[in-house]
Amino acid sequence: MTSPTGFQMNKPVLAIEGLTVSFDGFKAVDDLNLYIDRNEVRVVIGPNGAGKTTVLDLICGKTRATGGSIQFNDRELTKMNEYDIVRAGVGRKFQTPSIYDNLSVFENLEMSFPAGRSVFGALFFKRTQAVLDRVNQVAADIFLADLLQQQAGLLSHGQKQWLEIGMLLMQDPELLMLDEPVAGMSVSERAQTADLLNRISQGRSVLVIEHDMEFVKSIAHKVTVLHQGKVLAEGSMESVQNNPKVIEVYLGH
Amino acid sequence: MEWLSEFGAIAAMQGFNGLSVFCVLLLMALGLAIIFGQMGVINMAHGEFLTIGAYTTYLLSSLVQTWCPWMQPYYFFFAIALSFVVAGAVGWVVEWVMISRLYHRPLDTLLATWGLSLVMQQAFRSIFGAREVSANPPEWLMGAVNLTDAIEIPRNGLFVMGLTVLMTGGIFLMLYRTRWGLHVRATVQNRIMSRAVGINTRKVDRMTFALGCGVAGVAGAAFTTIGSTGPTAGSLYIVDTFLVVVFGGAASLFGTIASAFAIAQTQSLSEFFMSGSMAKVLTLSIVILILLMRPQGLFSSKVRK
Amino acid sequence: MNALNKMLGGRQGVVGLLILATLILVVFPLTLDAFRLNMVGKYLTYAFVAVGLVLCWGYGGILSLGQGVFFGLGGYCMAMFLKLEASDPESTKIQSTPGIPDFMDWNQITELPWLWAPFHSFTFTVMAVIVLPVLLALIIGVALFRRRVGDVYFSIVTQAIALILTVLIIGQQGLTGGINGITDLKTLLGWDIRSDSAKLLLYFINAGLLFGCILFGKFILHSKLGRLLMAMRDKEERVRFSGYDVAAFKVFVYCVAACFSAIGGAMFALQVGFMSPSFVGIVPSIEMVIFAAVGGRMSLLGAVYGSLLVNYGKTYFSESFPELWLYLMGGLFITVVMYFPNGLAGLWESHGRQWLSGLKRKPAPLVASPAPVITPTPAPAEKKAASPLEIQP
Repeated sequence: MTSPTGFQMNKPVLAIEGLTVSFDGFKAVDDLNLYIDRNEVRVVIGPNGAGKTTVLDLICGKTRATGGSIQFNDRELTKMNEYDIVRAGVGRKFQTPSIYDNLSVFENLEMSFPAGRSVFGALFFKRTQAVLDRVNQVAADIFLADLLQQQAGLLSHGQKQWLEIGMLLMQDPELLMLDEPVAGMSVSERAQTADLLNRISQGRSVLVIEHDMEFVKSIAHKVTVLHQGKVLAEGSMESVQNNPKVIEVYLGH
Repeated sequence: MEWLSEFGAIAAMQGFNGLSVFCVLLLMALGLAIIFGQMGVINMAHGEFLTIGAYTTYLLSSLVQTWCPWMQPYYFFFAIALSFVVAGAVGWVVEWVMISRLYHRPLDTLLATWGLSLVMQQAFRSIFGAREVSANPPEWLMGAVNLTDAIEIPRNGLFVMGLTVLMTGGIFLMLYRTRWGLHVRATVQNRIMSRAVGINTRKVDRMTFALGCGVAGVAGAAFTTIGSTGPTAGSLYIVDTFLVVVFGGAASLFGTIASAFAIAQTQSLSEFFMSGSMAKVLTLSIVILILLMRPQGLFSSKVRK
Repeated sequence: MNALNKMLGGRQGVVGLLILATLILVVFPLTLDAFRLNMVGKYLTYAFVAVGLVLCWGYGGILSLGQGVFFGLGGYCMAMFLKLEASDPESTKIQSTPGIPDFMDWNQITELPWLWAPFHSFTFTVMAVIVLPVLLALIIGVALFRRRVGDVYFSIVTQAIALILTVLIIGQQGLTGGINGITDLKTLLGWDIRSDSAKLLLYFINAGLLFGCILFGKFILHSKLGRLLMAMRDKEERVRFSGYDVAAFKVFVYCVAACFSAIGGAMFALQVGFMSPSFVGIVPSIEMVIFAAVGGRMSLLGAVYGSLLVNYGKTYFSESFPELWLYLMGGLFITVVMYFPNGLAGLWESHGRQWLSGLKRKPAPLVASPAPVITPTPAPAEKKAASPLEIQP
């Protein structure tokens, strides 16, 4: 199962081919191929240092690839600006909750509303009914409807994670990338998050990095195992869990 | 052929002149490269530590002249050591009282140390007067060595050059060959982890800062052999020195040396063709233009974050 | 109307603005003699720079140590126009080349340099006062922010630019008047700017422009752009990965600060009657930062109070105890930065307001404040939170 999944009826929304990045000679991602289909929830797992976060960095433009290509809806992302990649429809949540502590929940969400993104657009941005509606709708989705006026820095850790997911939903991205969305969450919060992900994956593709296997089971359509910057295995959760190479990597050392 | 050899002689002396400028710049920049490059602290009062060294040398020189003139030929070596100690000690106190409270606020450190430099300059003025003073260099530092009939190399220049080589080598060895250097580099890379493995990072910070200041003090001692000392002697160099460090790529000692050399030589060679002030404008403009195009400086490495 | 009220920061903001306006437009002109009023006018030209610094340093996190460059460019443009007007062939007929500025004549220049020629036109001059500094800020900003240089690099580079410009001005005596600068400015379009009545009028024009800048600043901070600036200081990466071109916002706010400084510089040349490199270089540039820091780096109105107070102190001490002044100035830098990072506005927020409401003894609505921290957030619940004053590493 080391080869990519082959041809699909529909073109994949994201096609990564031959992707490589090296830092002073060390290859963190090495000739990687990865395809994500429309409406798919894909989870990437792998031991520490496998290059999971680096792959997300490469997709969203935070790190520049040394070689290879990333096609998103036939647009080459490796040469685009970070903000153009976002505007093209890729949203990314960081590993540690990355929200604006000093703004309210409302303002955090509003900040991601895809209007007024240019300098003068922002200067003359008006809080229209459409903005209010969208914020209220997303806030309800992420269980924060009652806390809109709360200062974001005062939220609990789990609520911050949700808020950041909510900020991404404001952008209505076609591809949503989440780096460890349930890290530091309680059991009930995890269940709520799984529910949230299953709801919001309607009509968009989701790429998740996660360690928590129970959580992975509850959301993943398909799982990719990364090891030393390469795809080690790919397939259903069950097939991956029974793959001897995967077991070797996780337990062998 | 006559004019050619004369031209060569002038070029050689101008080049040597550039080397002297290079040495003072480098001695200043070395201290700063340690403090800024390794610790990320902006010390705008760095020039005043040079001035401390210069005044220390001046004081010792006057003392020797009054009380034990027979020391005259040798006192300069003590002056260098004393300048190092005095400037380092002041640096130690400054780190303790001020800098240590401002880590994580680099821009505020910049402003606070600027305030410190004002206070120190006024203190020099109150103690030593506004007029420039000069130390008496020992006799063996006066005059020049005649390489050929046309080429004269001043001895003080040669001495400063030797001192620079010695200091550079010493700092290099300390940073890369001693346990203390290892601690400094470890602290720079990952403060929390270093603390976890038992490095006293506060002590490392204080010693590093003190060392950087001490090196500036030595630069001050060297400075007295070339020019006279006033309360603002050091502050004249501070912007140039920061540019040297930034231009070289902040964390790279080799970069600092290369950029000090490039800047000093550009400055003194262009003085061939234009006035001193225009040469300075040209040199600084070139540096700024290159920095605008390559802000990470000449030497830097790519790191996975 | 409601939107305007919100923009000004609600009732508190309006009262704060009114108090400052009363002080500058009524109290000073009524109580001070012409000489002192002119001096206050001079201090207020520095306040333009400080207000700009609140925007770009306090909110944008960009510490420019070269604002004197823009102040100087604005000032020199205005001074060049005024100097040309003062150098008509009639009043310079004793020179070997009549019709050119006196210092050019002293430097054996026999023809007006091409750089000066357009400054015969007042329209061109007014445009140059704004356009040149903004253009320079645009170039510096685009070059540095696009490549994401750190805060500290930016400060050092801007400082070096201030040094370059000073050395250049001093070195090119024939073109710029050298270290003495451009002096003996007399008339503006035939109007004698040295008379008391002209100085009074200029004072009010200056104050009007300053309030214009403050209002524009409030407009920026109240807009989404203001919230974005705060968001950028909190989590720059998050803003970038929410689809914003972070560099463009930084460039914008830096250009606005440059523009304010340039207006201040031009008004300086008009009110003080000369312009010299001593208002351009490293030392004045960093002093202007302390004006903003003393007033409170997050407060537009505070910046004005800071400029007035520090400059008043400077004038008083350097007249009476010149020895002490540098100690005080240095001490001020250290104390404000280490112990009062929010400056006067912060002190007012934490102590003054309580004291005042205690004095009034009513459960009063919010009281007037001379230097309120501007909170761009509308919801009252976040007011306290809206002044995050730590600079991020």
